[in-house]
Amino acid sequence: MKIKNFIITFVSAIALLLSTSTISLAKVVGDKIILGAAVSLTGKYSTNGEHTKNGYNFAVDRINSMGGVKVGGKTYKFDIIYYDDESNSGRAAQLAERLIKQDGVQYMLGPYSSGLTKAIAPVTEENKIPMVEANGASRSLFTKGYKYLFAVLSAANQYLEVAIDLAVEKNGGKPIKIAMAFEQDAFSQDVRIGVVDAAKRTGSKITIDDKLPKELNDMAATLAKVKATKPDVLVVSGHSKGALTAIRQIAEMKVDVKMLAMTHCDASKLAKQHGKNSEYALCAAQWHKSLSYKDKFFGNGMKYDKEFKAQYGYNPPYQAAESSAALLVWKDAFERANSLDKDKVRDALAKTDMQTFYGNIKFSPAGQNIAKPMVLFQVRCEGDKCENKVVAPTKWAAAELVHPIPKWSDR
Amino acid sequence: MPPLIGGIFFMDLLIFKAPILMVQASLDGILLGILFALIAYGMALQWGVMNIINIAQGELVIMGGYIAYFMYMIGIHPGFGIIVSPIIMFFVGWGLYKLVINKVVDRDLFISILATFGISILTQQLMNFIFGSDVVVAQSNFGTTMLFDGMVTLPNAKIFAAIVSIVFAIGLVAYMRKSKLGRAIRATAQNARAAKILGVDTEKVYAATFGINAALCGVAGSLIAITFTLHPYVGLPYTVRSFMIVVVAGLGNLPGVALSGMGLGVFEEFADYILGTEFRIGSVFMLLVFILVYRRFKLSRKREYLK
Repeated sequence: MKIKNFIITFVSAIALLLSTSTISLAKVVGDKIILGAAVSLTGKYSTNGEHTKNGYNFAVDRINSMGGVKVGGKTYKFDIIYYDDESNSGRAAQLAERLIKQDGVQYMLGPYSSGLTKAIAPVTEENKIPMVEANGASRSLFTKGYKYLFAVLSAANQYLEVAIDLAVEKNGGKPIKIAMAFEQDAFSQDVRIGVVDAAKRTGSKITIDDKLPKELNDMAATLAKVKATKPDVLVVSGHSKGALTAIRQIAEMKVDVKMLAMTHCDASKLAKQHGKNSEYALCAAQWHKSLSYKDKFFGNGMKYDKEFKAQYGYNPPYQAAESSAALLVWKDAFERANSLDKDKVRDALAKTDMQTFYGNIKFSPAGQNIAKPMVLFQVRCEGDKCENKVVAPTKWAAAELVHPIPKWSDR
Repeated sequence: MPPLIGGIFFMDLLIFKAPILMVQASLDGILLGILFALIAYGMALQWGVMNIINIAQGELVIMGGYIAYFMYMIGIHPGFGIIVSPIIMFFVGWGLYKLVINKVVDRDLFISILATFGISILTQQLMNFIFGSDVVVAQSNFGTTMLFDGMVTLPNAKIFAAIVSIVFAIGLVAYMRKSKLGRAIRATAQNARAAKILGVDTEKVYAATFGINAALCGVAGSLIAITFTLHPYVGLPYTVRSFMIVVVAGLGNLPGVALSGMGLGVFEEFADYILGTEFRIGSVFMLLVFILVYRRFKLSRKREYLK
């Protein structure tokens, strides 16, 4: 009996060893180019992790069904190895190691969130593995001199700069008074840096500069200060919790400002959860379906929206769209490099200059996408149905900005 | 970036230039404090009776909130959560006691902290699994009360929360005084062994205590659903805050719990205006440290005196 157990263990150990050693050559298996990704399928980022994964898969299916990737006269198909990073940055770094060292992945896709991208980037950089990421917007990703990191999205400090410029423009080019409330986390503080820069550039004055602790779910004190000082613009950024808390308390406390600029309106389903109370809020977004960018895989934003919904049963948020765009960048780079060598592909990535349904993509030496502006939309309601309408940049805008916001007493 | 000193100077000016803000801050703090005191009240109760520090307190609160949110989703006004949620949560608490807590109730504090920590992680993941990781709110549409020509605004949802909290707290105190179970709970808290000898089924008392605690969390949670936001992972601040309130008030001091809840609430609001929002939570912790040091100081003097 003991001998039998021993043999079984031995054989399975050998089998396991063989199977891992074959996988370790797995950057390209047969006609498949293997990409690796650690995304959050459980834990606090699980919703957005799911969007990221769906975005990746949607693009992989589309590229594969439209002829795949042509490298050196041969046609390849994309395939992705996923691991669940449990929304935990330590785990994400481990999994990146595992993808590279154990699974032999040579081409990486990013995880969801800046924090997790920051955890993975040192690993990919050390192993000289190119990574195209679509969900890490933190400014610090682009100040460390990373050579193998490419981000298709705009950096966090660009989120609300546009709003300040817009407010100054509406004020006849004269400086304005700005009240700010930002959560104390890497992303929101990056957004804050952008707003502070814009204020300096336009000569505007910052009258309130509140940094909200992460645990805080009450903004009443900040809003009372806003009420007392009457600024022209109120800027709020604190993830979904910040956006939902701000709208709830602004409506409850009847705070009147001329412009309310925020982030995460999309992610928090602001228009749906708060309905009419969220009307006129101005929100920064990476992408909106009504923008008129085009490519040959998805057509345009409207088509992407429709077809994504048909497959996954919900409208794609920008997290899904930018994730799909990352795959388009990979395909383009492989074909221009005309090689599977990771360093040649990396150089091709650096020279990317293309338009996708998601926007134009061109990387700065730091790997940041410098060709795509942020969009601003405003929540507008007809009856009880509220919708996001793009109001800036004016070139792509589908609707006119309502400014100033009507007073609560008139609403 | 404006210098820190400048920031403080400005805020200083603001609250003195507009003294009406003091009224706003005090009222906000009191309303916030009463709600926290309700959660702390449950914690004090089961801490006193069972000598267990429940790390999962915040998760029970959030779970109660999700019950109200679920009612809101199926079209019932979330305000009724204050009735439904405690009933469900009582049985959740009872079940948790029978499954886990009864095995750690006589052990040392460290074991019970570990066990409830485990419960808290499990509940978080469970709520994430059922309700998703989105931040959600339930709308009460209660409107706003305006005072002083609109200068001071009090959301009716918060006033509702405070009133409900007070009603439940008073109701519980009366129940503890008058009912048979209440007497049994108090007897067990005083001396579990003696109570057992005199025929009190302490096992049942413990289960009921944990159930009542969970029910109080359920009430508080459904109030939080209509005043703040819900998310599977935001339980911890509620645990920490209720722990703090109980530590400041001392065990078995129920009016003290209410007072320290309100006191910390008001202190927090004023810290926000005077020091800035970033020091709001930090300053409450500083206050806690001062209180603990002061207590020790007083205690040591008393000991010397006794010698």
